[in-house]
Amino acid sequence: MNKHLLSIHDVSAEDVVRVLDTAESFREVGTRVIKKVPALRGRTVVNLFYENSTRTRISFELAAKRLSADVINFTTSGSSVSKGESLKDTALTLQAMGADAIVIRHSSSGSPLTLTKWVKGSVLNAGDGTHEHPTQALLDLYTMRERLGRLEELRVAIIGDVLHSRVARSLSFALVKMGAEVTLVGPPTLIPPDAPAWGVQVSYDIESVLPKLDVCYMLRVQRERQRQQYFPSVREYARLFGLTRARVSMLPEHALIMHPGPMNRGVEIDSDVADLPNSVIEEQVTNGIAIRMALLYLLLGGTRTDDGEAA
Amino acid sequence: MSERILLKGGRVVDPASGRDEVADVLIEDGVIGSVDASRSGASVVDADGLVLAPGLVDLHTHLREPGREDKETVETGCRAAALGGFTAVSPMANTEPVADTAAVIHEVRGLGARAGLCDVFPVGAITRGLGGEEMAELGEMVEAGVRMFSDDGRCLPNARILRNALTYAKAFDGIVVAEHCEDGPLAEGGQMHEGYHSYSLGLAGQPREAEEIVVARDVAVARLTGGRLHLCHLSSAGSIEIVRRAKAEGLRVTAEVTPHHLVFSDEDLGTYDTNFKVHPPLRTPEDRDALRLALADGTIDAVATDHAPHAVEDKEAEFDQSPPGTIGLETALAAVLTHLIDPGLLSLARAIEAMSTIPARILGAAGHGGPIEPGRQANLVAFDPGAAWVVEPPFASKSRNSAFLGTTLRGRVIHTLYRGDLVVADGKAQR
Repeated sequence: MNKHLLSIHDVSAEDVVRVLDTAESFREVGTRVIKKVPALRGRTVVNLFYENSTRTRISFELAAKRLSADVINFTTSGSSVSKGESLKDTALTLQAMGADAIVIRHSSSGSPLTLTKWVKGSVLNAGDGTHEHPTQALLDLYTMRERLGRLEELRVAIIGDVLHSRVARSLSFALVKMGAEVTLVGPPTLIPPDAPAWGVQVSYDIESVLPKLDVCYMLRVQRERQRQQYFPSVREYARLFGLTRARVSMLPEHALIMHPGPMNRGVEIDSDVADLPNSVIEEQVTNGIAIRMALLYLLLGGTRTDDGEAA
Repeated sequence: MSERILLKGGRVVDPASGRDEVADVLIEDGVIGSVDASRSGASVVDADGLVLAPGLVDLHTHLREPGREDKETVETGCRAAALGGFTAVSPMANTEPVADTAAVIHEVRGLGARAGLCDVFPVGAITRGLGGEEMAELGEMVEAGVRMFSDDGRCLPNARILRNALTYAKAFDGIVVAEHCEDGPLAEGGQMHEGYHSYSLGLAGQPREAEEIVVARDVAVARLTGGRLHLCHLSSAGSIEIVRRAKAEGLRVTAEVTPHHLVFSDEDLGTYDTNFKVHPPLRTPEDRDALRLALADGTIDAVATDHAPHAVEDKEAEFDQSPPGTIGLETALAAVLTHLIDPGLLSLARAIEAMSTIPARILGAAGHGGPIEPGRQANLVAFDPGAAWVVEPPFASKSRNSAFLGTTLRGRVIHTLYRGDLVVADGKAQR
């Protein structure tokens, strides 16, 4: 593994398998009464969140705590950042306090890479702008592999606002890396023009795609995109691209319904669809903790046992 | 001042007269004298191995004063210019306050005169406050010495205001209206050129059509009005084709390109280095190659720096929060020498023409751009075309946001003479 996790491009196919296998061994920890192992005892993990987040921040926090690391949560409101402190000065401060790993979420693409210039510890990208969200992609791969038994030749459609989605990018890159067949679906205004270069297919017709799928992955569509004239109305979007009950019946029986959250029920996904048995949206959340434990462990502790303790 | 300086044994490259020969140049009382005259009493400056050319003239400079003296002042910018071989610069109007009145023009000119390092020809704003709505008092600014008007940094929002500016400016001799070509809504939010690399970096893109649409519009308005239009910092191959056709048609259109657009491309943004964030954005290697060819064949008339100093803390920020721009005065000549002349893409004479002779003509800056002959103002640069150096701070500019940081360039300015004064001697500013 590289020292940092900034992009799915930093991770080889072998690394992906290693992360998923390691997560497998950590998932059991979450089922214990005492959900804790000493793997990262004495190490410090900082969650540096410049953007609002519930599941990703809590997931990283739980992951680090279950590895016995000391966790600092740093959010921009109520901190020096709201007093105008720059990313650089914040980074230098955290560096001076001895952070072993910094988990960063930022609305500006590239901020995690920029951060690596100023800190000595590992940097984990928890979502940067419209660039990447690699830990989300890895937890999604974990969920697919667990449920369907493989990643090779899985047929996955990623449906929605692909253009602005860091999740879609990381997930597409990761799936293609692992030999899956990916189709991006959405209005042409929300499909990146260079998508064919990712090694994926593109379709503007959700119903022609659904019958062949193993995984139907829905993306959040922000209402703001309507104001920016990417599509004429939320109503028309839901009608043309939403996952309705009727469309779910076009999916093969074994196909999974996934969503990275938070959902816009009634826009990209009908409310009762999200709660169907083949919807694994909550499992994605549970698996996220194990994946983040695996990543923190592999980046920070995997090869180091200076206090004599390993997982 | 009756100082006499003899520049001895340099290779005189002077596109205005077509000269390219080793010759001595005598300077007397700030003007070029006759070499046949008595040389007694002249201090001799050895120019053996150096190229001696008319001082460079920059059509596009940001000196930030008044308003952002933390980034640059007229004095520090002029010092950077002199060290880069420039004897004239054209600070753009986007200062605080905007240079949209004769008062601000007088202030900037006064600061330039006080610095005494090069001529400062302020560019006046076309519209009040760069607002794109009401025409500024162009006539008063012409009286204050303005030769070029531009709302640079912003594009005129519609063809009507450009039509009126180009037409109104015909009342004054030799006035040129310069445009920053960028269709606002199409470019909005764009952090870099839209294409493979913007998608892969997850940065909002700005398509080349945002420039080409405005270039086409402005050329049409130049045809409508018969006015003199100058197109700033062209970046796209498509824009060049429009300019080529406009020139073939005989329209009064000129164009410039920056050293950074001639050297770099969107492939250089892989590490989110904000020094490569510029407006217009660096485009593809194919665009860059087209710009080089267009400069060589004269479709693009001039090289201009778009020297854009920014504070360290502004540039050391998240990519989409950092302001666009790179400094360029101290590296422009070496960048052109290294990346265009050494590989044989451009002749030395054409480079001097594009950095001195033609920009002086566009500005109507008498006394600049040659010819190097008796009686002319002694604005000259002597440079060593082979000297290699690494671009690194300290700079004479107050800022250090250079796209060339860390790269090795060949070509070093040794002496700069401004009105006969050695303002740079042996590579060091003398004031």
